[in-house]
Amino acid sequence: MDNLLQLAKQAILVPAGIQESDIHRVMDQLISGTVDDGDIYFQSSHSESWILEDGIIKEGSHNIEQGAGVRALSGEKTGLAYSDKIEIAELLTATKNVKAIARQGQNVSIALPSKPSYSPLYRPVNPLNSITDQEKVDFLRQLDSQTRQLDSRIEQVIISLVGVQEHILIANQGSSLVGDVRPLVRLNVSVIVEENGHREQGSMGGGARADYHYFLDQDRGLSYAQEAVRQALVNLEAAPAPAGSMTVVLGSGWPGILLHEAIGHGLEGDFNRKGTSAFSGRMGERVASSLCTVVDDGTLADRRGSLSVDDEGSATQCTTLIEDGILTGYMQDKLNARLMGTQSTGNGRRESYACTPMPRMTNTYMLPGKSDPDEIIASVQNGLYAKNFGGGQVDITSGKFVFSASEAYLIENGKITQPVKGATLIGNGPDVLTRVSMVGNDLALDSGVGTCGKEGQSVPVGVGQPTLKIDSLTVGGTNV
Amino acid sequence: MQTEQEINRLKTIIHDLLHEAKNQGASSADAGLSVDNGLSVNVRLGEVETIEHHCSQGLGVSVYFGQKKGSASSTDLSAKSIKETVTAACSIARYASEDSYAGLPDPARFATEFKDLQLYHPWNIHADDAIDLALNCEDTARQYHPDINNSEGASVDSYSGIRVYGNSLDFLHGYASTRHSISCSVLGERNGDMQRDYWYSVARDQKNLDSVEFIGQKAAQRTVQRLGAKSLSTRKCPVLYSAEIASGLIGSFLGAISGGSLYRKSSFLLDSLDSKVFPDFINLYEQPHLLGALGSALYDSEGVATQANKIVTDGILNTYLLSSYSARKLGMQTTGHAGGVHNLCITAGDKNLEQLLQKMDTGLLVTELMGQGVNPVTGDYSRGASGFWVEQGVIQYPVQEITIAGNLKDMFQHILAVGNDIDYRGNIRSGSILIEEMAIAGE
Repeated sequence: MDNLLQLAKQAILVPAGIQESDIHRVMDQLISGTVDDGDIYFQSSHSESWILEDGIIKEGSHNIEQGAGVRALSGEKTGLAYSDKIEIAELLTATKNVKAIARQGQNVSIALPSKPSYSPLYRPVNPLNSITDQEKVDFLRQLDSQTRQLDSRIEQVIISLVGVQEHILIANQGSSLVGDVRPLVRLNVSVIVEENGHREQGSMGGGARADYHYFLDQDRGLSYAQEAVRQALVNLEAAPAPAGSMTVVLGSGWPGILLHEAIGHGLEGDFNRKGTSAFSGRMGERVASSLCTVVDDGTLADRRGSLSVDDEGSATQCTTLIEDGILTGYMQDKLNARLMGTQSTGNGRRESYACTPMPRMTNTYMLPGKSDPDEIIASVQNGLYAKNFGGGQVDITSGKFVFSASEAYLIENGKITQPVKGATLIGNGPDVLTRVSMVGNDLALDSGVGTCGKEGQSVPVGVGQPTLKIDSLTVGGTNV
Repeated sequence: MQTEQEINRLKTIIHDLLHEAKNQGASSADAGLSVDNGLSVNVRLGEVETIEHHCSQGLGVSVYFGQKKGSASSTDLSAKSIKETVTAACSIARYASEDSYAGLPDPARFATEFKDLQLYHPWNIHADDAIDLALNCEDTARQYHPDINNSEGASVDSYSGIRVYGNSLDFLHGYASTRHSISCSVLGERNGDMQRDYWYSVARDQKNLDSVEFIGQKAAQRTVQRLGAKSLSTRKCPVLYSAEIASGLIGSFLGAISGGSLYRKSSFLLDSLDSKVFPDFINLYEQPHLLGALGSALYDSEGVATQANKIVTDGILNTYLLSSYSARKLGMQTTGHAGGVHNLCITAGDKNLEQLLQKMDTGLLVTELMGQGVNPVTGDYSRGASGFWVEQGVIQYPVQEITIAGNLKDMFQHILAVGNDIDYRGNIRSGSILIEEMAIAGE
């Protein structure tokens, strides 16, 4: 971690001509009077994207985002000010602005300063120069031609390649600086297929906190293309989806978005401190069948949702949210942990220096059970097998959540039969997992594509689960 | 005045940047720059929760080397950074492919008249006064009904910004605009059922914001109305989209007739020009030059003049929504829609919401939608919904945990009425929309 700190200082402070002592001077200004905690978050982010469409490299872009955010905390109050310029004068102005928050001072406990200890979960590589620009466009062109050869019904292929390198530096009260270097890559292939005037789409992607070699290794790019084409072709055959309440079997991997929407958001510390979540005050109660154990784990190596250290300088960890069906933990940032009398779980995240941190998920998944996936399908007389999903959403107060299937099949007499059109599934977070009657032994994490939005801030996340059987869930098809 | 000076300063940056692009070998280029300042306060349960001071800037540039395009952006506007940003764009362009459709628009289409659209009305509100407004707003909501027992708070936001756009065909223009909003979200509980709803007001000029009392009351009223919600059994029935969500339905239509979806063949309305896409009584038109409106603009994101447009007349589609690129791909002319529509309106009918409920007689009034269950290629539509069950034109009880499903192409053809209860808070202005029949899935 000292190495990460040096790299982050080199990338952020050195070009700006700022010494560590300058930062301590600003922190001393910040943490005085009735302000009981505060931090400065420096960020320097370089990203690029390349887009192939109609068989040509249509465009690319290179983006630089950098700045520093100053935050003051006083009781339940937060003040935030930021600047796109990394300059001491700007930081002092921001500090003056945020301290106004504390003018009606409250009695609060002061968080004990501590230096977090954390180990790097990903290498401090720069994806942008991990291969040459020529190699990037050659890779995209080759993948495009390989994709087009997969089926004669392919009409359109769009491939996007995105890489980010982010340097983060966090100044906390009473401790030395914390640094991180965060790579992130993403590749997506989407296709449109056409048969007899009928068109359908399919899309597959993946990514990791790694460099572009991640996609070159093991032919991952081609495997995404094959999967996108397969999904599109299945959907060409799809019949109208059924409507109503029925037994639903969810596939492993990305369908874990169920956990993210149905329970994950409801277990974020801020909503529970405020009593606005359908899970508020339910710690220690049964919220799932005894087959279910769900964790949020920010410590998985190289995963999209992982962070060596969160955006408040706290080490990430694996937090058990539900153990054998019993609610055991919330995800916390510093502010909400302090106000609820507990510790941060390393879930304090922010989209950028221009946003306030909040409790956010990292990689949220359910641990595997004992059932063979085939046995789970065979146990269903009539129902829906939902294999792939698009996005989802939750109303944390009423607990109602949705997630939209993009590939689904009927189950008839214990067998997967007719593919059906995509449909939205809707349920109630606090009781959907109580209806889980079988959990597969095939835990899979998603391929590295998740982005979670909360109060306008987007952060990369991961999800996962084994094959699950839910005895009753509402399927929003048209076939009434 | 100060704003004028700032616009001129940013214009100079764009001018120098375009010059730099030329020096680095670009045959053409365009660039946009924005600077935003804002104040955002949030109060909760009678106490200040957050005060945020916003000041951000951003620069985006695209360069063309013949028919090859590269782009770059940066939040750093220093001379050194600008040069590096141009270099990055040029470097990328060298690796892009020749694209015969790429390039700047025909200069004959650029905006040439720059009347004041009256988009700039700075509020200059002090944080303390913003806090007082937010406190009043939340307080009104919390006093509204004994079932209101918690709050997510009330917010006051005020932003002012400057946008400048220029290109190497000598288009260079900038303008200032403001946007202010007040919002409130409260929770209620009855018999263990907890619900939350919100309301907001947004305007270019703070004088046009609804009063904090109205916003607070409306937020609380909406929350209380939802208490005791239940699911419905699975059925088919008429669905009335309330005005505040009907714009989303129109948004799906606009996406389907936009050039990008059409040339990629990822639209359910391919080859629909001059054909009947709505019933006879539906007219969609665009008023980009409305004074002080949220969606107003003199030109699109390529500098092409915007103009009043009749997009749908008597249910027939008159035009796609094209940028210069998508127009060339489709063998057509740009319609000034790079970046989208500006103040899109649907002709209002003669009925208010209450009269529409009577017309529907028995069916579902939807006031909130969840999820993104719309397939843009096929038009297949399936989304989570909540609202109210209606019988004989009268609301019976709140409804939740259901989905509504259909196909957009079919839903558009079966619109029975559009209300005169127009929601003016966005770029798409629509009244409530009644659809003849959709599939409801529930318990």
